[in-house]
Amino acid sequence: MEARSYIGVPVRRVEDRRFVTGQGRYTDDIVLPGMLYAWIVRSPHAHARIRAIHTEKARQHPGVVAVFTGKDMLDDGVGSLPTGWQIGSDMKEPPHYALAVDKVRYVGDGVAVVIAETKAAARDAADLVEVDYEELPAVVDAAEALKEGAPLVHDEAPGNLCYVWELGDREATDRALATAHHITKLEFVNQRLIPNAIEPRSAIGHYDPGRDELTLYTSSQNPHLIRLLLSAFVLKVPEHKVRVISPDVGGGFGSKIFHYPEEVICAWSSRKLGRPVKWTAARSESFMSDAHGRDHITTAEMGFDRDGRIVGLRVRTIANLGAYLSTFAPGVPTWLYGTLLAGQYKTPHIHVEVKGVFTNTTPVDAYRGAGRPEATYVVERLVDLAAHEMGIDPAELRRRNFIQPDEFPYQTPVVLQYDSGNYEGALNKVLEMADYEKLRAEQKRAREEGRLIGIGLSCYIEACGLAPSKVAGAIGVRAGLYESAAIRVMPTGKVQVFTGTHSHGQGHETTFAQIVAHELGIPLEDVEVVHGDTAEIPFGMGTYGSRSLATGGSAIYRALEKIKAKARKIAAHKLEVAEEDLEFRNGQFIVKGTDRAIGFGDIALTAYVPHDYPDDLEPGLEENAFYDPANFTFPFGAHLSVVEVDPDTGKVKLLRYLAVDDVGRIINPMIVEGQIHGGVAQGVGQALLEGAVYDRSSGQLLTGSFLDYALPRADDLPSFEVGHQETPCPHNPLGAKGAGEAGTIAATACVVNAVIDALYHLGVRDLPMPLTPERVWRAMRGLPTDGAAS
Amino acid sequence: MKVRVRKVNPVKALFKTGGGVMRHTIQVTVNGQTHQVEVESRMLLVELIRDVLGLTGTHVGCDTSQCGACTVHVNGEAVKSCTMFAVQADGCEITTIEGLAQDGQLHPLQEGFWQEHGLQCGFCTPGIIMAAADLLKRNPNPSEDEIRHALEGNYCRCTGYHNIVRAIQYAAARMRGEAVVPRGEAAPTGAS
Repeated sequence: MEARSYIGVPVRRVEDRRFVTGQGRYTDDIVLPGMLYAWIVRSPHAHARIRAIHTEKARQHPGVVAVFTGKDMLDDGVGSLPTGWQIGSDMKEPPHYALAVDKVRYVGDGVAVVIAETKAAARDAADLVEVDYEELPAVVDAAEALKEGAPLVHDEAPGNLCYVWELGDREATDRALATAHHITKLEFVNQRLIPNAIEPRSAIGHYDPGRDELTLYTSSQNPHLIRLLLSAFVLKVPEHKVRVISPDVGGGFGSKIFHYPEEVICAWSSRKLGRPVKWTAARSESFMSDAHGRDHITTAEMGFDRDGRIVGLRVRTIANLGAYLSTFAPGVPTWLYGTLLAGQYKTPHIHVEVKGVFTNTTPVDAYRGAGRPEATYVVERLVDLAAHEMGIDPAELRRRNFIQPDEFPYQTPVVLQYDSGNYEGALNKVLEMADYEKLRAEQKRAREEGRLIGIGLSCYIEACGLAPSKVAGAIGVRAGLYESAAIRVMPTGKVQVFTGTHSHGQGHETTFAQIVAHELGIPLEDVEVVHGDTAEIPFGMGTYGSRSLATGGSAIYRALEKIKAKARKIAAHKLEVAEEDLEFRNGQFIVKGTDRAIGFGDIALTAYVPHDYPDDLEPGLEENAFYDPANFTFPFGAHLSVVEVDPDTGKVKLLRYLAVDDVGRIINPMIVEGQIHGGVAQGVGQALLEGAVYDRSSGQLLTGSFLDYALPRADDLPSFEVGHQETPCPHNPLGAKGAGEAGTIAATACVVNAVIDALYHLGVRDLPMPLTPERVWRAMRGLPTDGAAS
Repeated sequence: MKVRVRKVNPVKALFKTGGGVMRHTIQVTVNGQTHQVEVESRMLLVELIRDVLGLTGTHVGCDTSQCGACTVHVNGEAVKSCTMFAVQADGCEITTIEGLAQDGQLHPLQEGFWQEHGLQCGFCTPGIIMAAADLLKRNPNPSEDEIRHALEGNYCRCTGYHNIVRAIQYAAARMRGEAVVPRGEAAPTGAS
């Protein structure tokens, strides 16, 4: 019988039984004997000097076990939370303590922690902590922060400047733009977003004094990195005495990659008190304390020749980094942004300059797409606007500039070498799915009836599968970005797979099991994927940057090759033939041209009960692999959206959303489509609904709850029309590229382009995001949109 | 959503403890099992379910009653369990996600979410399933628009709702007794 193929099959997820029955186990679900509860006292001010903290009343509150301040932690030798990315040699890297010591620098900055027998007691007592603040002027806008005389966030960073970074040829770009036939220029804000995974962050520190072992449960995408940073830099305790467990995690979208103060607070205070300490964010705390995303102020100019060919692109961006450098923060608006500015086009000259700026706001770091949605927004808004300005169909202008399939590998002027692609193919496919000509005709007809229909395109590229370690080193990442895997075959032939990536919705327990079952020719039910525990898994770099399948899956593949090589030796011995006389098929080693065979289960048993075993082979069947990718992967696609704008109210209705993505080889199409859907929803959210707003004078976060910050709801979105193109990645063994961020990278520009397409004839060439009804309504009437509430 | 709540007699039900915190003894039936518990006045129903009864399938995703992750059934109707005090549930019948499957048989919604990939991280899922169960009781054959409207009280950040709509349509068809052909192939352990 042929073994089942598990590749390209919509296998239902093995993890889902626990989730649909309420048996998922998230960090906040875990209760340990003797557990205490922490509540963090947070700054109500955006910028203030701490004169004194009075904790006596709180300490006397019934049930309170301890109250700690930043000074207590500093005096105990707890270090600053480091950033993992260095931009240039002159980057300013002021300390970031888990609890503020001298000053608070944003609303929500922690100043003390109250630890009590119950959550309620901790929360009650937190109100009794009196902090004597000396309020200071605050700055929340990055452009304002750069101005002479702006409030200074850190003494270590004069002018609030963290770094200036540039990429590309400045002079060649200036020359190209000076002689361009047409220049399209945009000045815009890519607004700050709050990721809002639905599970609030949570951490439990559990110190076992008898064993001198510290276990940290944390809702993290990245348990090994947290262990490394916590043990080597912050708590300075031996790494082998620290175990980090990320159990079920309720969504991350980047916001749970980073090493957070609360992880340090729970881990350290558990060591101090000898009891487990749990902290779980209230949603209002998540709004203030989860790393935010985006927040760029950009001026971009794209030059074209007479035929509509791009001659150059100049980009100036001020990136708001917030009050402290979060774990990946410096790299997001630089290397993950500037290198993607070629998009899918043959742009001969690009120059980008980015200023990273400190402000009195929540730290900003990677949020789904991380730099690449911002880059796509620059490129795709410019190309689309240029098409309108030059009177060329937006699809046609893109066609004139696409890198062609025979031009790969293609070296862009901003470092990256694209390995493969067929951009026009994806565009043609989405236009065909949408029936573009008919849509344009309908749009014309609707306009004659006074209805405002718009059609938007977005052709994106992303660099995923982070990342070749050599490249990572060259661009300032303070880590390698390989991935690890271990495969343990048990005596009965069942298989455990240990991956250093982490699944928080992506379905690794299924996709990775499919790879293993397929390669070993065994049933899927015989494979168990283990992730999220540093005690079980050799090492790992976590899940972000659409890397899990391309790097983690490839590591699993490499480990499987080793398993199969050893299994072959055992099979050759058992069948008394040479290894090369064997073929591996359907879970059996078969002597070529005969019906003599040995199954994988018998080999596994032989490996562990080696009574009749080859002399030159170790018993057991367990292998490790570390996989370092040769290049980034380059998923790409073409998205198309159709909107209708209500002329009376300015409300935008998203009528259709179509996506054609090339994410390389697909293991589970059901899971890939789900990733596209979710990514698109978040990109649409940025275009139409979401935006973090700070009050400019007080520095208060005005969008501090779901009442003020609008996530997409079910009735804000249509069903999506998803198509695929499959060009395998040429440099990893699975041919996989990554699918997690594609939707978000494409969708924001796609929807904004559609709205501008609906309104361009009314003189609207750009709108600030999110495109709220008020802003759209004002723009249609030629009124300023800047003052509009978001 | 209307909630029928048994009136608590403030004189009979209340008594004070030494700490000055108001406590009440209440009786609730959760997933068919009756519990008599002592709760603080301010304890939310969701805290009773999670922290006292240890039923952690009901999740807390916000503090403003927006996200719907804590949705349960109180006397047969969907309620966000963060909007009720535990004491208000005195005498009520409560069903949580853990009580939805009967005799080891998944509820058609649980099966539908599994079959149609209606979940990713799974955190919002119990609340959405409980809200959808309420919808299907009121409207056994909802249109896509009706489903999307009914989900207005629930956030999902992972799925973009596309497959959640499919999952609810799948369950609705099953509950109407129609044959449902899942896309692709069946769940590995056989959901039905």
